[in-house]
Amino acid sequence: MAMLEVRDLHVAFPQGKRNEVEALRGVNLTLEKGERLGVVGESGAGKSMLAFAILNLIAEPGRVSHGEVMFHGENLLDLSERDIRGIRGNRISMIFQDPMVTLNPVLTIGTQMMETLKAHRNISDADARKLCIAKLKQVAIPSAESRLAAYPHELSGGLRQRVVIAIALLTDPEVIIADEPTTALDVTIQAEIMALILKLCRENDVALILITHDLGVVAEVTERIMIMYAGLCVEDGPTKRIIEAPSHPYSDGLLRALPQHAGRGTKLYQIPGSMPPITALPPGCAYHPRCARATAECKRTIPPLENGVACFHPLDQDEAAS
Amino acid sequence: MSDPIVETKGIEVRFPLPTHFLSREKPVLHALNTVDVGIEPGETFCVVGESGCGKTTLGRAIMGLLSPSAGEIRFKGARIDTMDDATRKPIRAQMQMVFQNPYASLNPRRTVFDTLAEPVQHLMPEKSAKDVRAQVEAVLDATGCDQSWQRRLPHEFSGGQRQRIAIARALVTNPAFIVADEPISALDVSIQAQILNLMNDLQAERGLTYLFITHDLSVVEHFGTRVAVMYLGRVMELADTETLFSAPKHPYTQLLLDAIPKLEGGSFDKPRQPGELPDPVNMPPGCPFAPRCPMAEDRCRAERPALRTLPNGTQAACHFAE
Repeated sequence: MAMLEVRDLHVAFPQGKRNEVEALRGVNLTLEKGERLGVVGESGAGKSMLAFAILNLIAEPGRVSHGEVMFHGENLLDLSERDIRGIRGNRISMIFQDPMVTLNPVLTIGTQMMETLKAHRNISDADARKLCIAKLKQVAIPSAESRLAAYPHELSGGLRQRVVIAIALLTDPEVIIADEPTTALDVTIQAEIMALILKLCRENDVALILITHDLGVVAEVTERIMIMYAGLCVEDGPTKRIIEAPSHPYSDGLLRALPQHAGRGTKLYQIPGSMPPITALPPGCAYHPRCARATAECKRTIPPLENGVACFHPLDQDEAAS
Repeated sequence: MSDPIVETKGIEVRFPLPTHFLSREKPVLHALNTVDVGIEPGETFCVVGESGCGKTTLGRAIMGLLSPSAGEIRFKGARIDTMDDATRKPIRAQMQMVFQNPYASLNPRRTVFDTLAEPVQHLMPEKSAKDVRAQVEAVLDATGCDQSWQRRLPHEFSGGQRQRIAIARALVTNPAFIVADEPISALDVSIQAQILNLMNDLQAERGLTYLFITHDLSVVEHFGTRVAVMYLGRVMELADTETLFSAPKHPYTQLLLDAIPKLEGGSFDKPRQPGELPDPVNMPPGCPFAPRCPMAEDRCRAERPALRTLPNGTQAACHFAE
């Protein structure tokens, strides 16, 4: 059995008095110990929603309308608020996009780190302090001891995100969920932070769910990719296979639209139109209005995810490689 | 080499920083330091760099949205930075700008027609109402917008559509030169290709010259004719796009290129030390990149390298570039 298994997860939001719209429409996910999974999609595809749902953090008025999140055989959605706190931020940690928003601006780094640690461990102040310094050193923060007394605004964006990672690692989690951890950062700092996350995951055998829109970052860091579109997973498979030979026309379109793939001065491949909002999904496959391979069947029926791809007319390997 | 359409000579931009009213110190941030660039007609001149490097300041100074404290800016040979508003007005019609975030750059209470008509009404007061309408209709066609959009408001459009409208607004006065400040960074991957293709087509049809400001080097490689790499208000390297990517001369350019996540992987495998930008208010005397540079020697910390032309035509500001 996989360490983390999400089964047929639906998240719904009320629309008007009676109706509901679904932001997630039945997502499955498995994560083994130490595995690095990338969740890729455009804004509104439901990738952040999935992360929040795994930790039962969907805020009102949204709700998980169906499905299970099994972690070591236990459904996280059934746990009481008290019990899930033993898992959230402890055995499953999170890293969010903007470190300036994640960290509390009026508390020192040290206070915030100690707070996290004391919430999950019965530990003395002196030991907690030692552990905090050790973790700051692990994320290569220079002069770690003195940084404990610093406030978030005194650090650069890259250092702040390192602090967030140090906090996420404090409790030696089994899974880290990182939601666009480097989107707010510059390219060189992104490379620093992603290299650090990759190294820490490898060394400590921590599983990673990396949520991003950047296919380059996913290709660098993860072993498996899940591509999401309009609240569903449309393709799931090993990173190398999907990057080299995607099966779903949407994955193929995303990859071919990257400027790296086109010759200089040539026209970029473009997917026509844009992703529909969840309130106005077409019947059948949500991608069919943008898809060149769509047939009458695609307009009627939602294709099931079979052999890692949710498409009635997937690309075969020769087509995809070209 | 033809005469540049836009030329800057030694421009500097300084921002005074807020101080305590009793303080005697008057700290100043040097956003741009002696920047010389010549942009040739019909080319796409890219400016890349990380946040705070001065790339947006350069674009704004050229557009006259900021006044430089030293140096000169010329458009088609005429000095524009010292012109008064009335003389400059007809030139403004020939120089237009596209901003990063189409959610912020369009007035939410104005219809598309009002947004597009205003530049013509303001900058070309000799045009009749009929001419204005004709010009708006023509620009909507040219940018792939539907005529029915004229009476709609920005909130009715998706991000990609809004950016088309923003591009239409920049083109409605038939300019020769466009500053595009991160025009695709706020857009989803599948939409970025649409906007880049549109900009490419418009350039081919109208012989436009672009100053393209971005942090994304993969876009530069696809799109740019020449590239200036900036760091802390200075140009570090200036070269043809192909030369810059195949033979980068400045260690900072190398660092930027190494930081690009690649589909084939390998960029994030080595851990990186945190890079610290020097304080832009109290700049050290030497090379601004010296604190992060792997090749830095005492000379770099004492003496600031000037931008010089190397045998292959690249200009680089490094003592060791050859």
